[in-house]
Amino acid sequence: MKVLTRQEDVHQFRDEILALSGEDSSHCVQCGKCTASCPIAPEMDLKPNQVLRYIQLNSSKPVLQCSTIWLCASCETCSFRCPEGIEIAIVMDTLRKLAIEEDLATGQKQIVAFDEIFLDSIKRYGRVYELGLVMRYNMASRQPLKDAHLGPLMLGKRKLSLLAHRIRGRATVREIFRRSKRFLGK
Amino acid sequence: MNVGYYPGCSLESTAGEFDLSFRAICKGYGIDLVDIPDWNCCGASPAHQLSEELAFALPYRNLLNAEEGSLQTVVSPCPACYSHLLHTHKAVGEKPELSDRLAEMVGGTYQQSVTSKHLLDFLFRDIGVERIREGAEKPLTGLRVVSYYGCLTRLPGVDIDDAENPTMMDEIVSALGAVPLEWSHKTECCGASLSITRTDIGLRLANEILAAAKGMKADCIAVVCPLCQSNLDMRQPDVEKKYKYSYNLPLFYLTQLIGLTLGMGIKDLGLGKLVIDPVPLLRTKGVL
Repeated sequence: MKVLTRQEDVHQFRDEILALSGEDSSHCVQCGKCTASCPIAPEMDLKPNQVLRYIQLNSSKPVLQCSTIWLCASCETCSFRCPEGIEIAIVMDTLRKLAIEEDLATGQKQIVAFDEIFLDSIKRYGRVYELGLVMRYNMASRQPLKDAHLGPLMLGKRKLSLLAHRIRGRATVREIFRRSKRFLGK
Repeated sequence: MNVGYYPGCSLESTAGEFDLSFRAICKGYGIDLVDIPDWNCCGASPAHQLSEELAFALPYRNLLNAEEGSLQTVVSPCPACYSHLLHTHKAVGEKPELSDRLAEMVGGTYQQSVTSKHLLDFLFRDIGVERIREGAEKPLTGLRVVSYYGCLTRLPGVDIDDAENPTMMDEIVSALGAVPLEWSHKTECCGASLSITRTDIGLRLANEILAAAKGMKADCIAVVCPLCQSNLDMRQPDVEKKYKYSYNLPLFYLTQLIGLTLGMGIKDLGLGKLVIDPVPLLRTKGVL
């Protein structure tokens, strides 16, 4: 077990999140309003207030490995209702990026895969190519026939195009991708 | 009147009818929509989930292109596109280092001259409820409508009405001659892209929203977000199968309902693109 000897180490994780997001988790009073308001709390392994509690306890691993940070749909109801004014949805965003940075994004791997394929579509075409996105996602998540019944319906109603829309400024977009960093000013 | 327009990726595909109907009603009101030249995807949730800089740089290019195209106001139908444009515009004004960094990455400096508006705000304040009321030649008499706002009122930087109990859509619905209904799920989240990555959760959320609408004896649901619409419309047959209940609730874009009152038809408004067929309902109510 790691023994913490210096005072500042006790709040290392909280301070890291504070520095990256501007949100101070130590203000959380554990009222549970975020969890009560969260539409996705039933499926989360850690409830939103528990995530904040782990941060207060300087316990990073359970938080970075949980499913919660990936299931959060960023609807921001928690942020809006928090009596301490903590932007919890922004804390979740920061935790996602930290989890990837530290290679601990194991909570919902298919969601990380979806995000990456989505961004790759923008990088290639400048816009999202929805049919390609869904097909590539299905292959990556090893469920090739997922939602296959929706394909003919959507194509029939011309709600999916067979080809990607390519913008003219693709080179600029690729350059943006090449230079973008995970965190601002880091 | 010329107004800048940022359709966003969904409106080119799954939400084609949102694009069609918005363009149609704008034409009806004498407004010319001018697309942001060569616009790109705003990055949506995946960008801000994985990279902070990317989440600013992609909307920055759109703001820059809008400015270079002399567009002073840009209307976005998709709440996510809108919030990303606005969030980036604000951050550029507040953080000079970020502003410099983005200008360098994107290859041009945005002078912060663009005003972003969400489509609902544009309908409510710019076109105006009164004009919508006066233009409603074929009112939607007797149509019981619940307005579904989703997370729109809580997105970063968004200044639309009351976050917990918004009424802007309801006021427009009322101006169309329809019956706006109070209900519990106005601002509950639809689960966004979880409908693809965790379909079980997406279907549960959709079921709760549809059940709440049905509980108020709604005929249909009005929306202003392409993701809300597809999660409740395209997935509705799957929800019905899983939860063994027949909802048969058409999901209209608010712009389609407005278009109907302007005397526009099925093709003009892309009503045939809706998965839950609204035509029988509209015939019963004497709208079509």
